[in-house]
Formats: sequence, structure tokens, C-alpha cells
Amino acid sequence: MHIPDGFLDAKTWVTTGVLSAGTLAYALRRTRQTLQDRQVPAMGVMAAFIFAAQMVNFPIVGGTSGHLIGAVLAAVTLGPWSASIVMAVILILQSLLFQDGGLTALGANILNMGVIAVFAGYGVYRLLDRYRAFGLFAASWVSVMLAAAACAVELAVAGTIPLAVVLPAMLFWHAFIGVGEGLITAAVVEILSRSGVALSRDTAKA
Amino acid sequence: MDKKILAFLLVALAVAIFLSPFASSNPDGLERVAEDKGFLERGEGKEVITAPIPDYLLPGVENERVATAAAGFVGTLVTFGVMYGVGRLVAGSKAAPQRTDPSVR
Repeated sequence: MHIPDGFLDAKTWVTTGVLSAGTLAYALRRTRQTLQDRQVPAMGVMAAFIFAAQMVNFPIVGGTSGHLIGAVLAAVTLGPWSASIVMAVILILQSLLFQDGGLTALGANILNMGVIAVFAGYGVYRLLDRYRAFGLFAASWVSVMLAAAACAVELAVAGTIPLAVVLPAMLFWHAFIGVGEGLITAAVVEILSRSGVALSRDTAKA
Repeated sequence: MDKKILAFLLVALAVAIFLSPFASSNPDGLERVAEDKGFLERGEGKEVITAPIPDYLLPGVENERVATAAAGFVGTLVTFGVMYGVGRLVAGSKAAPQRTDPSVR
């Protein structure tokens, strides 16, 4: 759900840009205090994996597709503050190098997928942690739905389309895409924890 | 580098090279909504910058699947490199505040 240039207006660029920049500045402060040099490769490789996985659109119903966002995957493996930085780096590179997500919409895209999806998803994950794979699935599904809802609100605030039209439509398609997000996230976390990759829930909680 | 980190990076590269060329080309959720609700054209020709690898197709490569795989390979490595660099900067900057205020432990 990378918003392209042209979908939002100036007040929405600025508002979402300020919210995203503020959150990232705080995330960098939090992370700086706790991040160890040895945890940096894990951030790099998680960013690389999420970037690659985002390229793989999977078909859902009705001739529509979706792809992994990866916010919960990053939050569970790296901690939510590091995850928001990882997501922001991915979204900035996608916009600058691949024209995926507009430069004017960068603040909105980071807010939706790098802040709201990360922290809402992580919150649900912490609540449902004891249910393991189901908790991951539910957290991932919620992260996609809330990011889609935030995207709909931004489009409505920008005057592109009324909220009553865009919100149900976004939630409808992303309810299916969220199932893919949940399955992929639960599977990848399971594989990572079984293979003992140093991307554990206990490390790098920055 | 940790062998497991390297293995995970190779998995990421494999996903980019071997899976991305077979990704669904159907519109994604937002594109579908934009199409159905008639605001897709608002984004046409509005790009503020021209990206070097637009739409994940490496320019100059004729075959679309190869161009996508090449873009994925480049993007995955660049993302790893940039995140690694940013991470080192962030991790490396924590000594400074302790020096300026030795009373805080």
C-alpha cells in the first residue's frame, strides 16, 4: 500500500512527515542507548529480507494482489524501535531508487507501515505472545488492517476520496492481504527461532 | 560476519532473484481501491523524482523477469548496506553522552 505522488495534498504531506520524523528521531534516541555493534548485522539482514519479500506480490481474491509489509516480523525480531528505523530505511530506498511510494507521500508511508503497523502489531503480539504462531498471525493481520485504515484516513483528509467510500474498500482488500502477512510472518519467525538465528526476541530489544 | 546472518542474507537474495520475477502483477490493495473508486489517475505523471530503477525493472535489460531479478538483487544488497551503515552510525554514537556527563551511569 505504498501511496504514490499525487494521491495526497500538501497539508497531509506535512502532517504525516512531521509525525514520522518525530517518531523516527525518538526511535533513534532510544536505539542509540541500547544498540550494540554486534546487533547491527541483524538489522541489515532483516531490512534486506523484508525488502526482497515486499517484491513478491501474492495473488488474493478478485484479481488483486498483496505483499508482505514486514512490520511485525521486524518488531518481533529486533524490537519495535529498531523495527521502525528498519521500515523507514526500506521505504526511503523504495521511494528514491524504485519509484515505489511517492517522495511527497514518504511521511504517510512511513507513518502507516513503519510506525502504526510496527507499534500496533507489536502491541497485539505482546498481548497474545503466549499463543505463539496464532499471536504472530493475529498481530500481523491487525498491523495490515490498521495501516490500511490509516492510509484511508490520509486519503480522506487530503480530499482525494470520502472516508465512507475508501475505508471499507481498503479494509475489505487488506483483510485478505493481512492473512498472507500473518502466514508469512508466523512461518518466518518459526524458521528463524528453530534455526537459532541471533535475531531472537531477547536480543536487540532497542 | 556471523554464518547465520550470511545465510539469512543469501535467503533474502534468493527471494529477490528467484521469487520476485514470478510475483503477481495484479494491482495491490491500494491500487485496486484507487482503480475502483476512480482516483488512480491522480497519481499518473505526478512523480516528483525519477528513480534510477523504476518499477523494479533494471533499465537496459530486455527480458522483464531478468530485469526484475536484477533489480531485486541490487535492491536487496543496497538495503543491507544502507541499513548496516545506518546501524553502525547509531550504535557507534552512544559513547558520546557518557563522556560529556560522567556523573550519569
